[in-house]
Amino acid sequence: MSKQYLLGNEAIAHGCLESPVDFVSGYPGTPSSEVIDILRIQEERGYHVEWSVNEKVALENALAAAWCGVRALCTMKHVGLNVAADPLMTSAYTGVTGGLVIMSADDPYAHSSQNEQDTRCYAAFARIPCLDPSTIQEAHDMVRDAFALSEEFGLPVLFRPTTRICHSKGDVTLGDLKTNTRVGKFQKDPRQYVVIPAHTRILHKKLNEKQPGIKKRLADSGYNTFSVKGANAVIASGIAATYVQELLPEDVSFMKIGAYPIDEAWLEEFVRQHEKILVIEELAPVVEEAVRQVAGCVTVHGKKDGHSPYEGEFSQYTIAKIMQSAGISPKIQFQDADPLPDIPARPPIMCAGCTHRPVFYAMRKVFKDGIYPSDIGCYTLGLQLGAVDTTICMGASVTVGSGIYHSGEKADIVSTIGDSTFLHTGIPGLINAVYNGADMTLIILDNRTTAMTGHQPNPATGVTATGEPTIPVSLEAICRACGVSFVETVDSYDLVGLTTAMKDAKARPGVKVIIARQPCVITARRAGIKRGRYRIDPDLCTGCGLCIKFGCPAIEMKDDKPYIGELCSGCGVCAQICPFGAISKEGRK
Amino acid sequence: MSPGYDVLVVGIGGQGTILASNVLGEACLMEGRSVKGAETHGMAQRGGSVESHIRIDGEYGPLIAPGSADIIISFDLLEALRYKHYLKTGGKIVANRHFVVPTSVFVQGVSAPTEEDILARLGDIGLCLLDAEVMAVEAGSPLAANIVMLGAASHFMPLSPDSLRKAVEKLVPPKTVEINRKAFERGREAGAECRG
Repeated sequence: MSKQYLLGNEAIAHGCLESPVDFVSGYPGTPSSEVIDILRIQEERGYHVEWSVNEKVALENALAAAWCGVRALCTMKHVGLNVAADPLMTSAYTGVTGGLVIMSADDPYAHSSQNEQDTRCYAAFARIPCLDPSTIQEAHDMVRDAFALSEEFGLPVLFRPTTRICHSKGDVTLGDLKTNTRVGKFQKDPRQYVVIPAHTRILHKKLNEKQPGIKKRLADSGYNTFSVKGANAVIASGIAATYVQELLPEDVSFMKIGAYPIDEAWLEEFVRQHEKILVIEELAPVVEEAVRQVAGCVTVHGKKDGHSPYEGEFSQYTIAKIMQSAGISPKIQFQDADPLPDIPARPPIMCAGCTHRPVFYAMRKVFKDGIYPSDIGCYTLGLQLGAVDTTICMGASVTVGSGIYHSGEKADIVSTIGDSTFLHTGIPGLINAVYNGADMTLIILDNRTTAMTGHQPNPATGVTATGEPTIPVSLEAICRACGVSFVETVDSYDLVGLTTAMKDAKARPGVKVIIARQPCVITARRAGIKRGRYRIDPDLCTGCGLCIKFGCPAIEMKDDKPYIGELCSGCGVCAQICPFGAISKEGRK
Repeated sequence: MSPGYDVLVVGIGGQGTILASNVLGEACLMEGRSVKGAETHGMAQRGGSVESHIRIDGEYGPLIAPGSADIIISFDLLEALRYKHYLKTGGKIVANRHFVVPTSVFVQGVSAPTEEDILARLGDIGLCLLDAEVMAVEAGSPLAANIVMLGAASHFMPLSPDSLRKAVEKLVPPKTVEINRKAFERGREAGAECRG
């Protein structure tokens, strides 16, 4: 036992080591990534750990491991669960013998996501248990115990921490690490693992029959608790339950929900003891709907009658307002405090020397009136440069491109996608585009890593999650095998090369692929690559502003003239842009 | 009001706000106190505005409510202004005098704020201003500016300077312990002047 100040995801990783976990797979996605990032750097490992190609692949691998009787963890962000939804839904039918915990991290407020979907709805849809931690300590304890619960039910368990659990910190009491002893053994049982109609009808019935037992067991799990204090009650779930406890008056009853499905009889007994119930939960009204079903004539407040929002992230500040609105006075009354107006925004931007920026620059020059479907990665920030017209989900740059083309749209279509995203779900779209005769250009922004989520390796990087060398896949060979005849690879820092390749692509019909390759500037810096800085000669500079419009954060304005600051990574692209030759490498004429 | 002492550390992704918040958390642990914190990860770190919440003696959630921070430690003067509404009445701001003009200003042609503008808008609160980079360079590395800021803020937080020193030594890269030790002391001297 020890106490440490840990990131939520570090505590979760530690909980897995205490279980101990035998098999780990996942695909990076904020806010889930650090769990595997921690597990893959442990020096002594008795477990298999991998970054999989996508979430579906990750879950199928983990499911198979759990079929072999070992404890498996599969991590992803909430939208990754959409990709893994196919195996998820049927894994509830087949069940597991070893514990299978699927961590799907939700992101209320969409800090780093394309939507605010609620993983608890998936758990109800698949009819499997879901654990929703309210603190980092509870996240640690829950994930440690979730494997045993999964084995007890013979079902995968969804573990759903939110951003404010994963990326919060706290003092956490840790348990001792355990040594792995289990070795996988596959017991053939076609009636369990071959879901032909004759088998699956029986499996579905068995899944439904498990439900009452699961509800009873979870009511006693210690994750769903209550205390009766008065005529009014607040029922809260996940981290909202923690915020509520800071505000709860002494005479108001409280129920915390951390495990689903909720036992209706248990819930009803609590609800019926009160006159008024306020339900506080982030995102979907999962608890509220359960409460309303058993409430009878008890008044229920929540999202459905407008007291609490469906969207966004909560805090004690927002919850105090919800409580006030529902007529339950919070212990702390916060004064309204709004941000000052007119402060220039500082959104995240692509780094100085980012390899994507010159590609976008050339793309907007060559395909001036083009349509730019893009994808999920750092390059989504190309929005600020007018280089991103659509993003919907992983891999959709390619398919949105071909869809727009077949709609009859006559503009040039140039899709951009990262290397990891291309391997994740881009390939089927490319095959489809070629097969069905689209006319478009796909630019693969190949920075040799999964940058946005923290530089995880991918199959093109040439190393595994644990740093061992492996066979790197060739993006060029994949594209050719998909049927693309025009496949050009260019250095992302070479504006002339980029422009030439793009002009060639523009002149040809069919699906063209340009692979713009250069290691991510952050990985390059960490690897010790030093390129030297660039400077602007004030005598040659005319102040035309072209370099400023390039949008590199290393180029600032000082006294009405551009100036290259300390952030310069030495990519040299601005020197290629300057029409007056005013930018050159430091120390060179 | 809420018990405990709420510290908001703000800056720009890459300036070391997370290390600074780790130092505060570690110091709490050394003093046997509970602590909760929240921070920005992921895409927002790419040069964007970032915030770390640290709730010393925190028992509940990790977030600080607007209008209730006891202190704001700002690594960039403009960010102090952006998060000013988090400060409680009578709270303190310890801020780096330097600020980076957001790239949005250049690209979108918005007017850039000046130091005078920012100071005028911060004028009504207790402000401790310091040239953190300059002091960090004096200590041996511009990268130690975050520890300079902590040194200056140490006068106002309910943590002993010794726990903070020990936490700094434990958490910074081993090769930079000496530089950061100096940076902390340099910041402490500057903070003492603010305190008067």
